[in-house]
Amino acid sequence: MERKLTCIICPLGCELTVQVEDKKVLDIKGNTCPRGKVYAESECINPQRTITSTVRCNDGGLVAVKTDKPIPKDKMTECMAVINKAVATLPVSIGDVIVEDVFGSNIVATQNRK
Amino acid sequence: MYDITIIGAGVVGGMVARTLSKYKLKICILEGQNDVAMGATKANSAIVHAGFDAKEGSLKALLNVRGCKMMESVCSELGVSYKKNGSLVVGFDDNDRATLNELLARGITNGVEDLQLLEKEELKKLEPNLSDNVICALYAPTAGIVCPYTLAIQAIGNAMDNGAELKCNFEVSCIEKTENGYRISSDNESVDTRIVINCAGLYSDKIAGMIGDNSFDVHPRRGEYILLDKECGDTVACTIFRTPSKMGKGILVTPTVHGNLLLGPTSFDIEDKEDKDTTAEGFAKILGNTHETVSGVQLNKTITSFCGLRSVGSTGDFIINSPEKGFINAAGIESPGLTSAPAIAEYIADMLKDEGFELEANPEFNPTRKSYHAFGDASMEEQNEMIKANPAYGKIVCRCEGITEGEIVDAIRRNPQPHDLDGVKRRTRAQMGRCQGGFCGPYITELLSKELGIPYEGVTKFGGDSLVNVELTKGGQAQ
Amino acid sequence: MRDLVIIGGGPAGMSAAIAAYENGVKDILILERDESLGGILQQCIHNGFGLHKFGEELTGPEYAWKYEAKVRELGIECKLNTMVLDVSEDKVVTATNSEDGIFQIQAKAVILAMGCRERSKGALNIAGSRPAGIYSAGTAQKFVNMKGYLPGKNVVILGSGDIGLIMARRMTLEGAKVHAVCELMPYSGGLARNIEQCLNDFNIPLKLSHTIVKIHGKQRVEGVTIAKVDENRRPIKETEEYIACDTILFSVGLIPENELSKSANVELSGITSGAVVDQDRQTSVEGIFSCGNVLHVHDLVDYVSEEAEIAGKAAVEYINGNKDESVSIPVKTDGKIRYTVPQIITKKKDVSVYFRVSNIYKNVTVKVTDGENVLLSKKRVKVAPGEMESVTLKKEMLENAKELYFSLEEK
Repeated sequence: MERKLTCIICPLGCELTVQVEDKKVLDIKGNTCPRGKVYAESECINPQRTITSTVRCNDGGLVAVKTDKPIPKDKMTECMAVINKAVATLPVSIGDVIVEDVFGSNIVATQNRK
Repeated sequence: MYDITIIGAGVVGGMVARTLSKYKLKICILEGQNDVAMGATKANSAIVHAGFDAKEGSLKALLNVRGCKMMESVCSELGVSYKKNGSLVVGFDDNDRATLNELLARGITNGVEDLQLLEKEELKKLEPNLSDNVICALYAPTAGIVCPYTLAIQAIGNAMDNGAELKCNFEVSCIEKTENGYRISSDNESVDTRIVINCAGLYSDKIAGMIGDNSFDVHPRRGEYILLDKECGDTVACTIFRTPSKMGKGILVTPTVHGNLLLGPTSFDIEDKEDKDTTAEGFAKILGNTHETVSGVQLNKTITSFCGLRSVGSTGDFIINSPEKGFINAAGIESPGLTSAPAIAEYIADMLKDEGFELEANPEFNPTRKSYHAFGDASMEEQNEMIKANPAYGKIVCRCEGITEGEIVDAIRRNPQPHDLDGVKRRTRAQMGRCQGGFCGPYITELLSKELGIPYEGVTKFGGDSLVNVELTKGGQAQ
Repeated sequence: MRDLVIIGGGPAGMSAAIAAYENGVKDILILERDESLGGILQQCIHNGFGLHKFGEELTGPEYAWKYEAKVRELGIECKLNTMVLDVSEDKVVTATNSEDGIFQIQAKAVILAMGCRERSKGALNIAGSRPAGIYSAGTAQKFVNMKGYLPGKNVVILGSGDIGLIMARRMTLEGAKVHAVCELMPYSGGLARNIEQCLNDFNIPLKLSHTIVKIHGKQRVEGVTIAKVDENRRPIKETEEYIACDTILFSVGLIPENELSKSANVELSGITSGAVVDQDRQTSVEGIFSCGNVLHVHDLVDYVSEEAEIAGKAAVEYINGNKDESVSIPVKTDGKIRYTVPQIITKKKDVSVYFRVSNIYKNVTVKVTDGENVLLSKKRVKVAPGEMESVTLKKEMLENAKELYFSLEEK
C-alpha cells in the first residue's frame, strides 16, 4: 500500500511517499534528510506527537508545559486529561517535571515562573 | 419621586439631562442598554452641520443652525473633541450647480453665516485631493466635526456630577399615569416622576404609544461606514458631501476629530430596529462613491466598518411636542440631530417653562467636565507630574492610540461608569486603533474585572450575552 | 547618551543586543513594552522553534529563555513595561514607564526590533454584525495560553497562516470544536507540517479558496456564512454555506509595526511594509537599523535571530566608525519574486539575500543577474509565498555590479 505523508520534523515539510505492507515500511521517497525516513517509519507503524499545553499553578496562574518525548498519537486526548488535572507548585523552572510518566513521557515545564 | 425622567441616554437624552441639571430638579435617566450612547449616537457621521439642508421654517432648520452655533462652547465645557473644519458640498455638473445655488439661498434664509459657492480653482487650493470631476462646491466654514458618543457620555456625566441619576439596563415596558405624574416600569423595577421626556430614538414611537400617543412612527434607516487609519486623516481637511439628490445626501468623506478618515453612510430603509448588519452592497456603494469625489483614499488602510441606524420620523421634521402636560417627545431625531442636540435640550427646557413648570436655577451647577483625554492632551512636564502621583499613567495599555492604564482606570471609575469593553473603548479610545484591541483587549478585560469586581470570564463586549470568554480552561481556578 | 538603544526585547531585540555586546559595544539599553522579555514567543507555547539555530525542537518560551538567560548573564540593561513613544531622525528616543515617567535618551545607534501585529478583522469589510466572539488568532492565543480562558467552544477560523493553524490545534486540545479553517487563496500560507499536525491530526477541514461572507449573531457570534471564491477571489453565491459557531478567529496576515520607523523618517517599502535596508540592515537613516518582523515578516524565529545578529554587529561597526568603501547597488525583483531583503547593497562583501515569491511555483530557477551577467542561478523544486528563501552572493560577484535583478524562471 502506498501512503502519502507530510513530514512534520522540520519546517521544510517534505512530501513523503511510503510503501507499507503489514505494518512494515518497504520504501520511502521524498525525504531530504535521514530524519524524514525515521519519521515516515514511526508515522506508519506507531505515530507519535509531542503535546504542548499549560498546567494550572497553585497560585491559579498557568505555566507552559510539554511532553519531553513524543507520545502515541492516539493518546493525545488522554494525555490532555492528565495535563488538565495537574497542578504545578511554584516556583517552576524550565525542565522541571510536573507529571511523571505519562504514556512513557514526562510532562515538563517550558517556562520559568516564580 | 423624580421631577424629570428622561427615557434614552443618547446624545439627545444626554444633552436634555445636562441642560435640565442647571435647575433644581431631581432627574433620572433611563437606558435600556448596558451603557449610554448605544443607539444612533455611537454610529453616525459625527458631523456638525452648518444648517443649509433643512427646509426653511422647519424645526430641523431652526435647531440645526442654533445647535451649530452652540456646539463649540458646549464641547469646550464638556471636554469633548470638536473641530470647525468646514464642509464642502461638491457638484459635478450644471444640475448640481443649480441645486447648490438653492442650498446657498436656503442656508442664508436659515441664518447660516459665511456660505460661499467656490469654483474649481479655489477648491483645488482648499482641497487638493478633490476629484478632477468636481466643478464647484458650496463651502460652509461654520460646519465642523465632533465626537458624538463622547458628547453624550460627557453630557450625562456632567448631569450626574450635578445630581442626576442614571439607570442602565432599564428597558421601559410600561408607563402609567399617576396622581402627580407617571410611573415608568421595566420588568424589574419602577420609577415615579412628574415629567417624562421621551428621547428613546428608534423606540420613541413605542414609548409615546405607552401613553396612547400614536401620532407618529419611527423607522430605522441603515447607514454603513468604513473607517480608515489615522495615516489617512489628512486626505481631506473639510467634510466632503455630494450634492443631495432624491436619493439623499450620499456618501461623505470626512476626517474625524481623532484624525481618522470616515467614509459613508449608505442609506437603506429597513424594518428591523436591531439589524445593524453591514452589507456587501453597502461596502460597494461606499467605495464606488468615495472615488468619485476624492482621489487618493487608501482603502487598504481600513481599520473597521460599522453600521448605525438613524431614527427617521414619519413627519419629515423633528417631532418635538407635548401630547399631554408632563410628557414631552423628542422623536425622529435623524440628521442633523447630533448638531441640534444642544438646541433641542434648550428648546425642551423652554417648553417646560411654557407648560408652567417652575425651573429654578441651581446655583451649584458646574458646567464643566474633565476630558477623558486630559492626560494625553497635557504637556510632557504635566504628564510626568501625573505619572509621579499615579504611576499607572506611565503604563501604556493601548499601543495604537497610546492610552495608559491610568486613563482607563479613571474612565472606569468615573460617571457614567462603563461596564464592558466597548464602554471603555468609547471613553478612552483604547481598542479603537489599528489593531482593534488585539493586543490590549485581554488586559482591559482584566482591568474591568478588577475594577468592577466581576470574574474575568464575566466581562462582556457590550453587556447582555456578549461574553468575551466562555469559560476557564482546565476547569480550574482563575488567576 | 547611550551607545546603542534597542527598541523591543523579543527574539530580534535580544539577539541584536547579544551580538552587539559580543562585538564590543557594552553600553546597550533594551526597551521592552511588555512585562517580560521574549515578545510574542511567550505566548507561542507550541514547539517547532530553534531547529535551525540550536538543532533541537524548542517551544517559544524555551527559545526566548536561551536568549534571555544570555542577556542576563552579560548584564545588558533592560527596561521592561516601557513603551517607546517616539524616535527622531537624530536618534533621540522618547519612552515612558511607571518608574521613570516620560524620558529621552540620545543614542549613537538605534536598532528597531518592534515586531509585527496581526491584521484585524476590521480591515476586511466582512458583512454582517459585530458581536462578541471575534478575535485575531493571536488574541485568542493570549487568552488561552497566558490567561487560561477559552474564548469559545465552536470555532471557525479564517486564514491558514501558521498562527491560525496552531490555534486550531490549541483550541481543540483545550476542548473546543474547530469546524473549519477557510483560506481565501488556493493554497495555505502556513507551513505544511502545521497543516498536517494541527489540522489533519484532528480532522479539521481546510477549505481553500473559501472566505467568510457574513457574520451572524447580535450579542455573541451565532454563525458564519462561508462561500467558495472564484479566481478573482469573489465569493460565488451558489456555494454559500452556513456554519453555526460561537467564535471566529482571524489569521489573515501580519503587519510590521513601523509607526516608530515613520517617526524617525525611515524609508519604508510598500511591499514588505518594513524599512528599506542594506545588507547590514541599516535603514535610510544612518545609524538606525531594523531587524526581525518589524523589517519583514519571517516564518521562522531562527531567521529573526540570525538577521538581528547582522544588525547588532553592524551597529557596532557604525558606532566605532567603519571606514569601508561604500557603494550603492540596488536589488530589484521581477514580481514573481515579491521582494528581497536587503533592497540595496552598500558594501562589497559576502551577502545573504532573503526573498519571498508571490505564488507557488514548481521546478524553477532563481536567477540573479547584473545587466547581461548571470551572477547566480539556483534550482528549486518548489517555492511558496509562505516560505522565505535565501541565496548567498559572494563578494567577487559584487565587484563590478551596478544593479542586481532577482528573477524566477519557469520551465
